[in-house]
Amino acid sequence: MPGKYSNEPMLEMYIFETSQLLEQLEHAIIICEKVNNYSIDAINEIFRFMHTIKGSSAMMLFNEIGSLAHAIEDLFYYLREQKPESVDCSTLSDLVLEGVDFIKIELEKIKAADTPDGDPQKLNDKIKAFLSLLKSGNPSEVELVRPVSNKQQQYYISPDKKADEIRQNRFRATIKFNDGCEMENIRAYTVIHSLIDTANEVFYIPEDISENEDSVLWIRENGFEIYFATEENYEEMNRFFMQTVFLKSLDLVQLENDDEFQQFNKPKKSVIENNNEIKMPQIERAINKEQTIKEMAGASNQVIISVNVDKLDKLMDLVGEMVIAEAMVTQNPEVKNLELENFHKAARQLHKITGELQDMVMSIRMVPLSTTFLKMQRIMRDMCKKLNKEVRLEVVGEETEVDKNIIENISDPLMHLIRNAIDHGIEENDERVNKGKERVGKVTLEAKNSGSDVLVIIKDDGKGLKKERILNKARENGLLEKNENEMSDREIYNLILLPGFSTKESVTEFSGRGVGMDVVTKNIEAVGGSVTVDSVEEVGTTITLKIPLTLAIIDGMNIRVGNSRYTIPIITIKESFRPKKSEVITDPDENEMIMVRGQCYPILRLHKHYKVATKITELTDGILIMVEQDDKTCCIFADELIGQQQVVVKALPAYIKKTKSIDGLGGCTLLGDGSISLILDIGGLTNRLT
Amino acid sequence: MKENAVHDLFEEEEDTQKGKFLTFALGNESYGIEILYVTEIVGIQPITEVPELPEYIKGIINLRGKIIPVMDVRLRFKKSPFDYNDRTCIIVVDIQEISIGMIVDTVAEVLSIPEQEIVPPPDINKSGKKYIKGIGKTGSDVTLILDCEKLLDEEEVEALIKFDN
Repeated sequence: MPGKYSNEPMLEMYIFETSQLLEQLEHAIIICEKVNNYSIDAINEIFRFMHTIKGSSAMMLFNEIGSLAHAIEDLFYYLREQKPESVDCSTLSDLVLEGVDFIKIELEKIKAADTPDGDPQKLNDKIKAFLSLLKSGNPSEVELVRPVSNKQQQYYISPDKKADEIRQNRFRATIKFNDGCEMENIRAYTVIHSLIDTANEVFYIPEDISENEDSVLWIRENGFEIYFATEENYEEMNRFFMQTVFLKSLDLVQLENDDEFQQFNKPKKSVIENNNEIKMPQIERAINKEQTIKEMAGASNQVIISVNVDKLDKLMDLVGEMVIAEAMVTQNPEVKNLELENFHKAARQLHKITGELQDMVMSIRMVPLSTTFLKMQRIMRDMCKKLNKEVRLEVVGEETEVDKNIIENISDPLMHLIRNAIDHGIEENDERVNKGKERVGKVTLEAKNSGSDVLVIIKDDGKGLKKERILNKARENGLLEKNENEMSDREIYNLILLPGFSTKESVTEFSGRGVGMDVVTKNIEAVGGSVTVDSVEEVGTTITLKIPLTLAIIDGMNIRVGNSRYTIPIITIKESFRPKKSEVITDPDENEMIMVRGQCYPILRLHKHYKVATKITELTDGILIMVEQDDKTCCIFADELIGQQQVVVKALPAYIKKTKSIDGLGGCTLLGDGSISLILDIGGLTNRLT
Repeated sequence: MKENAVHDLFEEEEDTQKGKFLTFALGNESYGIEILYVTEIVGIQPITEVPELPEYIKGIINLRGKIIPVMDVRLRFKKSPFDYNDRTCIIVVDIQEISIGMIVDTVAEVLSIPEQEIVPPPDINKSGKKYIKGIGKTGSDVTLILDCEKLLDEEEVEALIKFDN
């Protein structure tokens, strides 16, 4: 996704960071809500998140986001300092999550290069109301006093400019910033920083703008006062100050005498000679804080950098190229016949390293599903609140890794399915008790690898689908293509995936418009997957998304047929063996079958199927590989097995896919020597046989 | 200022590409394609056959980690097949985001053919004309200028498959 929005690196960084913070924040809140208690650690964490968001938003001039973050920060500041005893956790979570949503929406706008124009005022008021409610509910013993900055002065005198002090004009400037521009101290610092270039002596009040965050309040109240001496005249300096960002008012006065200056000069001690000593500690502090958070969070927060996916693709291609180059060197015919012991040693070393490098690069693209699943937790929570149902989400196999592209594509369908499960599937709590089910409903979200696919299963223990109603509905909408008596249960259930099908009579906020399911199918099919529905009335519904690994790594068995090579996903292989002539049966239609341990399996001759020229046509000369997928088994006949290898599945070129979709080919892959192997889609092959 | 300069550079580059054609030979005829489609020219590579495709799509090759399909232009134009030798070339072209390799007998040269030297092809028969955009005159020779986009036209391909069957 990066690269699509503005190229401005600051902005990109801001978006990336903020969305990550929001994700962590959401997670923290959901955890807190589960235990119905905000721990001190969690409050600190949320406070810091909000503080960082506030700071960076203000820097990027996204004031709406900033002010909202500020309001939430205030709220948590109160919680942190006062530790009130009775806090309405669920309202608090609602508020914060609402805030998170608001910021998310604004972020999306920023990504799309729109102006973030949402108005957080309502939400801000709500938060403030909640805060004052808290305050009144928990009368605090200690009155909250924000420390007021002490007024010491600090001076900057550039040493090299000291000499011609006499000819200088002296000024006093008082700057006020716009209300709500935030981070006044840093803005003041910027002014000073640019002023030092032209002015020789600079003094300002408050002096501790960079060290003390509370100087913000001072500047807000009283303005930022600068005394300086310069060779420039009044107009020049006026122009200089007018350039200040967020300038509300400027009061620039040329000083007649040195009196006002002298007050600074008396305590000579604090002449700062080095500009480098001017720091921006607030930012630093923010960084420190982030580090502390990371340390505190421990192992759960990995150190992550974001990399453009294009670069990864490029890297992968390069590594592939290197593997080929390596083979070209080490297996070069010119060195092959020589006795070069050291060369071979070095070559082996090289081979090992390139192998590891290849594995590493491949694994980089893989992302665990856990973030996507986390999002579902949030949706679950919101739904349950709105619908007043109690549902538990159980997540299994969230560590299953999927290619990044796929993650982006399954998030929406998953969301629909979870909503459906809660809205349509799970009954009201009382109803559940009457039925003798557990009071709290359960939705299971499971991911697992299965052959060349990843299965994502959404299972609920709700009321299940009613066949009769599905059939009626399908009949009404003219969606039935087959005689309904001939339809299997599965076929009936799968009717709900068709466009324009919704059994839910009433349209709710979340679902029931009959668009959900066919959007799911469409999205999943877009990545080449499939959706199946299974259900038992009164027991529950299971929806299985089968997603192919378009760019995932699979363990494959390479086989050879003539000059062509094919790769079979290892997980589909049950066994391989050389048949005996006596076991082979041929039926009158010339279909060959083989008897193995009393079971009969069809034989698929690859060379015939794909019309590949090969010398090995006798079953007894080649090898049979028994494969199984979707409960269908067959034996594939090939010339020989080459070996097992981890392969990266690459899609067939678009031109070929456009020309014709080939049955039984799932993609292709590069073998170690640079040659291409075609990956067999066992599901497609076995389907063809039956 | 800077942007303008870059812009100018782009335009210049486009200008330098305009009116230039890469010519290659198929048997006795000389064909040309606009140079802006051409990504690179590589020697013949080991081709992996892909089953169930029309005859003229020879298969796929591995071009430095990128997998691209290759089409035998001879077969595409229903000419007799020709054994590949070390003069056989694959011209890799990029047409509407689709990369494809075109197998040709030999690659000749890059020619500048001014617009006024290109004439539309005569209306001899309907099927043959479609892939030829124009006929360029260079001295005493003629170069048939290919319409790359038509070459990859989906419907065209489908129609051909049906025709083959």
